[in-house]
Amino acid sequence: MAASTLRCLRPDFPNERCVDDGHPTDTNKEQIKVESDVGSLYSWFRNATDLGPESPELMRKKHLHFLMKGLTNLSDSYECLDASRPWLCYWILHSLEILNESISDTLKSEIVEFLSKCQCPKGGFAGGPEQLAHLAPTYAAVNALCIIGTQQAYDVINRTKLQSFLMRMRMPDGGFAMHEDGEADVRGAYCVASIAMLTSITSDEMFQGTPEWIVSCQTYEGGFGGVPGMEAHGGYTFCGFAALVILNKEKLCDSTALLRWTTNRQMRFEGGFQGRTNKLVDGCYSFWQAGVLPLLHRSFYREGDYSLSQEKWMFHQGALQEYLLICCQSPSGGFVDKPGKPRDFYHTCYCLSGLSVAQHYGGHDYDQKSVVGHRKNELIPVHPVYNIGMDAVAKATEYFHGQPIPIYNPKNSS
Amino acid sequence: MALGSGEENAAGENSWVFYKDRPEWKDITPMEQDDGPAPIVMIAYSKKFKDVYDYLRAIMRKDERSERALELTEDAIDLNPANYSVWHYRRIILKDLKKDLKDEILYCGEIIQEHPKNYQVWHHRRVLVEWTRDNSHELKLTETVLDVDAKNYHAWQHRQWVVREFGLWESELSLIDELLQKDLRNNSAWNHRYFVINHTTGFTDKVLEYEVKHAQDMCGKAPNNESAWNYLRGCLLEKELSSYPGLMQFCERLYEGSIRSPHLLSFMRDIYEDQLEQGCENVEATLYKALVLCEALSMEFDTIRAEYWNYIARRMKSKFAPHDETNNKTAEATGGAGDDPNL
Repeated sequence: MAASTLRCLRPDFPNERCVDDGHPTDTNKEQIKVESDVGSLYSWFRNATDLGPESPELMRKKHLHFLMKGLTNLSDSYECLDASRPWLCYWILHSLEILNESISDTLKSEIVEFLSKCQCPKGGFAGGPEQLAHLAPTYAAVNALCIIGTQQAYDVINRTKLQSFLMRMRMPDGGFAMHEDGEADVRGAYCVASIAMLTSITSDEMFQGTPEWIVSCQTYEGGFGGVPGMEAHGGYTFCGFAALVILNKEKLCDSTALLRWTTNRQMRFEGGFQGRTNKLVDGCYSFWQAGVLPLLHRSFYREGDYSLSQEKWMFHQGALQEYLLICCQSPSGGFVDKPGKPRDFYHTCYCLSGLSVAQHYGGHDYDQKSVVGHRKNELIPVHPVYNIGMDAVAKATEYFHGQPIPIYNPKNSS
Repeated sequence: MALGSGEENAAGENSWVFYKDRPEWKDITPMEQDDGPAPIVMIAYSKKFKDVYDYLRAIMRKDERSERALELTEDAIDLNPANYSVWHYRRIILKDLKKDLKDEILYCGEIIQEHPKNYQVWHHRRVLVEWTRDNSHELKLTETVLDVDAKNYHAWQHRQWVVREFGLWESELSLIDELLQKDLRNNSAWNHRYFVINHTTGFTDKVLEYEVKHAQDMCGKAPNNESAWNYLRGCLLEKELSSYPGLMQFCERLYEGSIRSPHLLSFMRDIYEDQLEQGCENVEATLYKALVLCEALSMEFDTIRAEYWNYIARRMKSKFAPHDETNNKTAEATGGAGDDPNL
């Protein structure tokens, strides 16, 4: 893409900076700080004469190095994620997948071995060996195994026990607790829907009341909160709406209001997305927020909406890519929340996922690409519901849907 | 918190003694983590971390529920407060030993101050309050946390749960007013306002009148503050925008004062759309006004959302002027009001 079409190079771009309406408060003071940091990077980019015409460039080699290292070894600063190790596997594997980087069969096998050590005797996966089963690492482990996509990987999952674990997490109101005697919020519904659909262990009784519970989390703003009453938030919105999509119940929520809220989360100056109204941009929302738009698009399309574009998602794809490539790449590899923050695997995963969504408009029969910067920046398209590769979803679905669905028997459950 | 054998002493010297060197733990064989043969996302645990968790694994395997096990969980939590399995085990021990939960609530409060964005600490707090039914510290706790970070999601969630569970609605609106005074852009406070009114008086006509006026004043004060506009729209969700008194006049006043905030323009478009929905007399003129706004937003005032505004324009045309031959049923790449020769 020619440099002159980059939004951050346009002469009136600085006009997008926020205004305080003569009424400064903490919120806009924080926003001004971020705009200053982000603005500096955009200025640097604008003035850099040594960048080729195909900039900005995705620093593939640096990211690859960061990811491969982390896949085996992590420093003690990761002790805080000792109860999220399947997440680390997923974030890294998915990042590699998006970058179209393969790993050896040996390494795949070793990862599968490790994840099987995280599986619990009564079903589900835990944050590490000998820990308690929890929906979040279960979601991550299943996704990671599907990305690996070997028979060995698929066969690790004890589907019968997994199903009983998911059923044990059910609450009477249709929501799901994250672990035994744990908190219940909309992440639970998404994890269960995603896990159950991919591994083909769904049942009507599993989701009795769940769509209605999810919809009760939609707020007056149009997004979804973690639990009914709570503020609309990007992460929970993705979880809520993606779960409704899986359950084929999107019609139950107010999609128009959701569309408005989500598109309003894109920051006019930075180009990236914020998680909530009047909060700060963060690279990870490149997926949680922007990723909702393909889901809405598909949903509207199925309802016979002829006003939809056939080339673009309903957010500024170019601006998001510019934010990610110019402001969120760490010089030593990996991605960050915003300039000044340290890199980590979570942000690497979700920045890359968002970058992929922004590059690929996937219609129902075609892929309309809009890649900002170097041609080689092009990434693999991700499935916006599960956030693993499209191929990985297809392959896993084929494998598991070819197997009988376990018949849930509560007596066998614990 | 009693000074255990792991604490820094008064002189600030680190007197940490590894569990493996503590005589009172001699009977326990530490259990190494079984990661499998090859390192995968293997964390280079510090000696202290490994020591504590090797002993924790052994104790959990035994399912020992004792004072020393309780203290061990405290050390484990200190090293990784996100380890939900440890918190779960701690709760089992607390119940089993019938511990005085007042101390536990204090302890939990301290950890919350240190790790206010951690799920487990807040969930633990909720469980303790569920067990004791003692809600006397909860509002204060959340206020303390919100004082540092007025938008802390967990704090607001805990507060909503407490207020709802124990019916402590009285002081909510005044807290919200205080927070909005400090920062009228605090969206969490606005959200809480909606929650409180919904669960107390409801948005009756009288309440609505006040809330709409209040929200409008806030919009007027800072027309680019999206929170106030979202709240205004939120209040009126059950109403018809086109027939609610004073709304269009309110918008026009701002517009005539040269305000071009995208939230204002968007709200005006919402009113026009409602007029069309309700079957207004002059469909063509109203639609035209709405489309002019969409184009203005797409091309000038909210260009980051051009794709969205172009879609909204196409949708409106399709719905309210479907027989207009200049409409394209399928969208074009640059589709939008700008292409329509009628405008």
